[in-house]
Amino acid sequence: MAWTRFTKKKDMPGGLWIKCEGCGSMLFRKEFEARHRVCASCGYHFTLPGRDRIELTADEGSFEELHVDLFAEDRLGFVDRQPYAEKLVATRKKTGENDAAIIGNAKILGHDCVLAVMNFQFLGGSMGMVVGEKIARAIETAIERKVPVLIFACSGGARMHEGAISLMQMAKTCAALSKLRDAGGFSISVMTHPTTGGVTASFASVCDLLIAEPGALIGFAGPRVIATTIKKELPKGFQRAEFLLEKGQIDRIVARDAMREELARLIAYATGAPFSVVGGAAEEAGVEDGAAGAVDAETGGGDDKKKSRRAKKPKASRKTAAAEASSGSDRR
Amino acid sequence: MSSSEHRAAETIQNGLGFERPLLEMEQKIAELERLAQSTHLDLAGEIKALQERLRRQTAEVYGSLTPWEKVNVARHADRPLTSDYVQNMCDDFVELHGDRVFGDDRAMVTGLATMGDLRFMLVGHRKGKTVKDRLACNFGCAHPEGYRKALQKMKLAERMNLPIVTLINTPGAYPGIGAEERGQAAAIATNILEMFGLRVPILSIVIGEGGSGGALGIGVGDRVGILEHSYYSVISPEGCAAILWKSGDKAPDAAEALKLTSGELLKHGLVDAVIEEPLGGAHRDPAGTYVRVRNQIETWINELRGYEVDELLDRRYAKFRGMGLPLASPIEVG
Ligand SMILES: [Zn+2]
Repeated sequence: MAWTRFTKKKDMPGGLWIKCEGCGSMLFRKEFEARHRVCASCGYHFTLPGRDRIELTADEGSFEELHVDLFAEDRLGFVDRQPYAEKLVATRKKTGENDAAIIGNAKILGHDCVLAVMNFQFLGGSMGMVVGEKIARAIETAIERKVPVLIFACSGGARMHEGAISLMQMAKTCAALSKLRDAGGFSISVMTHPTTGGVTASFASVCDLLIAEPGALIGFAGPRVIATTIKKELPKGFQRAEFLLEKGQIDRIVARDAMREELARLIAYATGAPFSVVGGAAEEAGVEDGAAGAVDAETGGGDDKKKSRRAKKPKASRKTAAAEASSGSDRR
Repeated sequence: MSSSEHRAAETIQNGLGFERPLLEMEQKIAELERLAQSTHLDLAGEIKALQERLRRQTAEVYGSLTPWEKVNVARHADRPLTSDYVQNMCDDFVELHGDRVFGDDRAMVTGLATMGDLRFMLVGHRKGKTVKDRLACNFGCAHPEGYRKALQKMKLAERMNLPIVTLINTPGAYPGIGAEERGQAAAIATNILEMFGLRVPILSIVIGEGGSGGALGIGVGDRVGILEHSYYSVISPEGCAAILWKSGDKAPDAAEALKLTSGELLKHGLVDAVIEEPLGGAHRDPAGTYVRVRNQIETWINELRGYEVDELLDRRYAKFRGMGLPLASPIEVG
């Protein structure tokens, strides 16, 4: 359930080159960042910092952050090798963020929504009282504003330093989603690499739509825990997005460069707002790409050529689509 | 080695070293009683004195257990399990099997229960008594079908207008390939969400191990109680130690840091009541434990019957919504 450490990223700031975790290629940092941390040669989707996610997803200047001033408190006096209270202060300083979730009102290609993103940079995106509260408030804001809520999950799970308080954030966030459902609202969960533990076992898995980024590790227990428990090697591609799609656990896999339009389109279906697909053929190809994840999974999820094709697909014009969408009204 | 010596050795090995003096004294009392019987000597005075000493020492030992020791009491081989409560606390029980989709998870027991004039749906983790049972029950670690079975029966309870009583006793939901394939996380999340909408009273009682999401998956109660020496935690002390201390040997430190004992949970408003155990823990007096749990269930069901359904649901929501409210400004560390 709890946050587990994932292998330290090799993309330490400052380095000119980054080694791809998917294929081992050396990637030029500037190009890598311009591609929003997707490997140009194999399509591997690296974890995207929360702020970058907002920038990539929300229309320029549309994001109004809400509830910035929420802070965790070390209620248990938790000390492992460092007191949690000190760890919080140091992590705030290092990341410039108050905790591991950022929420706010946003527009996506002109469609109003509440956007919540988790930030893996902050203690592994772990969910404690602040993340739980922010996700709940994001959902409650969506109920008030009568707009859909989009949640980008990215977390190793519950924050152990807050003990059972963090466990109960699973209940808190699910409670809010149950209110949203009663109110006739709509929610989309996008699970990104990695989404595990108490986050997967709560709000991230019970939204109306479940989307995943290609290759994202998504699961209840971490792979190491499972391997230790069953004393067997895990199957290839186990707990990856493609595996989940094949097992019927998620609705779609959407590549990062197609995410924004895809979300706008899904919101439009939920709200009844018009949405016209710009550059029809390219968008159609994008649809097929989503389905390609299933094919990948059948072949073990490791078809690099397919992924690289997907990563290189041209994007449809965002501006035009945004203009089209904003002319419509958001009905619910 | 005699069987009682063997048991004592095993107990100490299981992190229950603090029980040694108590077990030795219990042994001595039993010997004296045997001696009195076979020799017709009057040892009543000696026996009574020893029993008094045992009572005092038990109170002392159990009054000052460390969190790690409590975790081991919660896992004690003789601690009453869900099946014991079903057999000894309920006057009638009709087991209902299966999730209607995939299978019948032995690690979760569900059924219609009667206790005096109360009827309810009982849902509980099942650990198993014998070695064979324990294996069949995965040591109380349910698969997704277990959680789905629980939900299917809880929804049935709603239709039958029966309150729901859940007995929590799991090290955690099962971490395995099949469990992941069939959506362990989604099954737990769905239960949590759906429990907020069930229009009948829900009581949850942690009777042993409250292992993380696997516990919470049947734990969204209008009232949540915990037996005195049970624990409820976001992660097992061993798991926490492995991650944060990089060493499984630090489980006692992790148990301390996680504040997973009944008293701490009550203090932080995460449970509604601590149910006191008989002197020396539930395993020393199972019958006394059933009575206490039964009384708590009766009190709560009668209390919750007084609420309009909508108010019940509002209160259930408000309780969990209010857990762990953050601060509006940071606390600086000097
Ligand atoms: Zn690569």
